[in-house]
Amino acid sequence: MFLINCPYCGERDQQEFKAGGEAHIERPKQPTELSDDEWAEYLFMRKNIKGVQFERWNHAHGCRKWFNMVRDTSNDEIKAIYKMGEKPPSQ
Amino acid sequence: MTKNLRVKSSEYIDETNRISFKFNGKTYHGFKGDTLASALLANDVHLVARSFKYHRPRGIMTSGSEEPNAIVQVNPGTNRTEPNVRATEVEIYEGLEASSQNCWPSVEFDIGGINNFLSPFFPAGFYYKTFMWPASFWEKYEFFIRHSAGLGKSPTTTDPDIYDHRNVHCDVLVVGAGISGIMAAKNAAKNNFKTLLVEEKNELGGSTIYENNEFNKIDNKTPSEWLKKEIEELKNIKNLEIKTRTSVAAYHQYNYLLARENLTDHLEAKDKTNKIRQRLLKIRAKKVILATGALERPLIFNNNDRPGIMLSSAIKKYSEFYGVACGSKNVFFTNNDSAYESAISLYNKGINVEAIIDIREQSESKIVKKVKEAGIKIYWSHSIVDTTGYKRLNSISIMKLSNDGTSVTGSKISISCDCLGVAGGWTPAVHLYTQSGSKLKFDEEKKVFLPNQNTSEQISVGSCGGDFKIDEIIKNLNQKLKDTLNINETDFDSIKVEIDQENSKRNIWLLPSDKPIGKTKPFVDYQNDATAKDIKLALREGFRSIEHVKRYTTTGMGTDQGKLGNMHALGIIADTAGVKMGELGTTTFRPPYTPLTFGTIVGRNVGKFFDIFRRTPMNDWHVENKAEFENVGQWKRAWYYPINGETMHQAVQRESKAARESAGILDASTLGKIDIQGSDASEFLNRVYTNAWSKLAIGKCRYGLMLNEDGMVYDDGVTTRLGENHYIMTTTTGGAANVLGKLEDYLQTEWPELDVYLTSVTDHYATASLCGPNSKKILKKIIPDLDLSDENFPHMSFKESKIGNIQCRIMRISFTGEHSYEINVQASYGKDLWEKCIEAGKEFNITPYGTETMHLLRAEKGFIIVGQDTDGTMTPIDLQMDWIVSKKKYDFIGKRSLYRSDTIREDRKQLVGLLTDDPNIVLEEGAQIVSELNQSPVEMLGHVTSSYFSPNLKKSIALAVVRGGKDMMGKKLFVPMENKNINVTVANPVFYDEKNERLNA
Ligand SMILES: [Zn+2]
Repeated sequence: MFLINCPYCGERDQQEFKAGGEAHIERPKQPTELSDDEWAEYLFMRKNIKGVQFERWNHAHGCRKWFNMVRDTSNDEIKAIYKMGEKPPSQ
Repeated sequence: MTKNLRVKSSEYIDETNRISFKFNGKTYHGFKGDTLASALLANDVHLVARSFKYHRPRGIMTSGSEEPNAIVQVNPGTNRTEPNVRATEVEIYEGLEASSQNCWPSVEFDIGGINNFLSPFFPAGFYYKTFMWPASFWEKYEFFIRHSAGLGKSPTTTDPDIYDHRNVHCDVLVVGAGISGIMAAKNAAKNNFKTLLVEEKNELGGSTIYENNEFNKIDNKTPSEWLKKEIEELKNIKNLEIKTRTSVAAYHQYNYLLARENLTDHLEAKDKTNKIRQRLLKIRAKKVILATGALERPLIFNNNDRPGIMLSSAIKKYSEFYGVACGSKNVFFTNNDSAYESAISLYNKGINVEAIIDIREQSESKIVKKVKEAGIKIYWSHSIVDTTGYKRLNSISIMKLSNDGTSVTGSKISISCDCLGVAGGWTPAVHLYTQSGSKLKFDEEKKVFLPNQNTSEQISVGSCGGDFKIDEIIKNLNQKLKDTLNINETDFDSIKVEIDQENSKRNIWLLPSDKPIGKTKPFVDYQNDATAKDIKLALREGFRSIEHVKRYTTTGMGTDQGKLGNMHALGIIADTAGVKMGELGTTTFRPPYTPLTFGTIVGRNVGKFFDIFRRTPMNDWHVENKAEFENVGQWKRAWYYPINGETMHQAVQRESKAARESAGILDASTLGKIDIQGSDASEFLNRVYTNAWSKLAIGKCRYGLMLNEDGMVYDDGVTTRLGENHYIMTTTTGGAANVLGKLEDYLQTEWPELDVYLTSVTDHYATASLCGPNSKKILKKIIPDLDLSDENFPHMSFKESKIGNIQCRIMRISFTGEHSYEINVQASYGKDLWEKCIEAGKEFNITPYGTETMHLLRAEKGFIIVGQDTDGTMTPIDLQMDWIVSKKKYDFIGKRSLYRSDTIREDRKQLVGLLTDDPNIVLEEGAQIVSELNQSPVEMLGHVTSSYFSPNLKKSIALAVVRGGKDMMGKKLFVPMENKNINVTVANPVFYDEKNERLNA
């Protein structure tokens, strides 16, 4: 059970949060311009890394805010947490 | 008469408090302070169990939670019965009853014992190999297997006890209250760390508390004297909470631990009532100090499992702590000095020790000399090759061990004995450590896995960290505490320790016998009856991964997770396969460390507290009027209102007719309601719904369909424009939370530039849906001032008004196809509103209807229910709802997916109506649809999604999804059922009032 430092509320138990999959996948601005393959790339393709992964998390049972997390999936170490719109930390 | 083996009073046993208890129906006596195991041993009872596979007689092996054999059923046949309890952990109390498991008819005479003689036919993987074919026979096999195996019996009546959960936060959690744990907790608390010390036993002090080896001294006191003084001082320390009888079950990441606190299991029945039995502590600790100690290893030799064969350290504890002699003719078998301490402990109490068999060539420590002086015979370089005694050990045979330790030579010596203490060295208890995700490293010299790489703020101290000698323990503990707590001094900086402890050890994982291995029974996992032979067989059959060998042989898969034998299993695999143990890795220890009761896990979440449920403000009225309820998500919704003993079908038929012929009323409070405000609210709706919203006039309502980005229908509902920048959206009952979550997600992450604010107001409003040709007259009676003419208040529009003094929002919208109003008031006025409607509607025979009638009425109109007629694979086009998909809008969620190669396929499943040729046959929802009957296999074209008998149409109607159904209007299809084939015809899904004339009726 992680202890997650919500950038708005502080440290809270993982059960207050919802994981939202891979981070930094931007919804295409002009979907109609995309081919089927390009759209499928956005729609379906997600990484599942053993190691450092960028993820979206939501403080669902708290402030309801979304934020980003850098997590090492091999040992669940949370390496960084930053707000939506902020630049991801360089590795 | 049973023998009394009580040797000398112990300070931990209250001999003035005599307790009677029953084991296997027979009454015995013990004293306050005894465990079931110590009390049975005091009565010379060793045989307490039968083994799992071979039903071999088994005795008590250990004195703690690692016990593999003495697994009992506590209080059998009562509502407090509990199976699979370790006799070594049960504290006795007046009236306690316990019985052996896995034996029939009794532990003394067990029919399953025949398996032992058939054991050549029960090799590793026997069940896998034998019972897997023919597959259809499994059910027959299972009956016999279940009958002859089976551990304890689960209780069949309601658990009378209360269980609790508690969240605990501390700076420092210390697990284990042996010498290391006590010193760690004391110094942490003294340095102002809020400290919690938990100990699984009822006494503090671990094994040091009865350590009276005269050659070991701490500040010139024996370790036990010294530690008692330290424990006494704990009482006066602030910041320190101590919990005994509390066992840590799980250690998760980020220092989150679960511990079970046992509060009443040691009390008599009369003292258990109305108290919390067990409490689950959910601990979040800033730092964790593991002081879980070490477990003594047995030795693996032929027939090493007879009752009377025990761990050497357990014999010592029974003698020193409980004042019990485990036998009258004791022998020890060892590879290190620990057995000598046990032997001296017995000798000092006047208990006979016949001999010590030592596989080492020599040891010169003071304790060994003392054993020699005591006249106890030591056989150096000898090993036990066999034992005898069916229900109790009566002799051992020993032979000289070869130099390389792989064979035995010379003549066989037989020694008569009734108790054998085995000492195979110590295994650090790293179970919790590995659960936390931290990594171990194998120490090839000490032959132990040691903590190596921590994943959270934690340290392992004492013997679980690999320090076995008291001087090492204290020195390393001191340094580790300073480092981890960031302190400069401890109160044992200048402690003086003298010791005589010799670490010399000769490690042989599997001891040889004079017989070939195939003819021997060297048990590695006592609980699951896995022998060294089974492990070797697994390797011969090609298993290499330790995890596979474990599963194939079931080694380490019992309720004790192989606490005693896992290391030997690894050692035997490594030796046989010719690899280093460090390269082999270790199996994973999983929570819980010791089994937990279901009560502890669920805590107070039982009965009506099992799950949260939500009730509408009108709920009391529904209950008073005998509604049947159904669960919709967490909501309790009125399902139908039977009168005069009606069946559901009868009630629904009556309610459905009334709603169309005069007036009906539905509690629609559960529909999700989201308040949407902000200058970009219209633009936001344009992006989340498939249809256009910019031109919706203030005071108008519109139905919207929401898709996922993959183009599949996600939710639907009516949204009303309350003001220029203000909307109220309704969602499905079950989808409310998810829709809000999804919309928030888009707003926060994709479209942060939009000025939009979302607020869930589902619970803030109560909603009564008034429907039917007389609904207008009823509303007029309630709100006489409101102009209800079609010109002023047309279909799909909204009015704000007042019922008396109560503010209300009224939408003229319809889910039934009838002239309808949805009246919303502040939730606290919900029941009042409902009763007003009922009162006003009396003259029109207003009929309350539930969700079932609502479903029927909407099906007559062909309105979908998201989640019933859709399943996450239906696009709006599939639903034949092209009309709601805007062609003009540049983008909305899911738009691009509507013309992917897959979504434009003509042969997708599409929503159609189905009419049965026989109007009285009602199809089953979920039934399969085919176009051919005389073909096998036949393609499944689709399935029925909704089906009812319509009282208004006087025939059966159904909605279905059918491959290519859009172009099948009028086509004959079949619904094959178990006993008959039903002929159906594809029809327009709008069965009733196709021209929508009734909306304005
Ligand atoms: Zn938050």
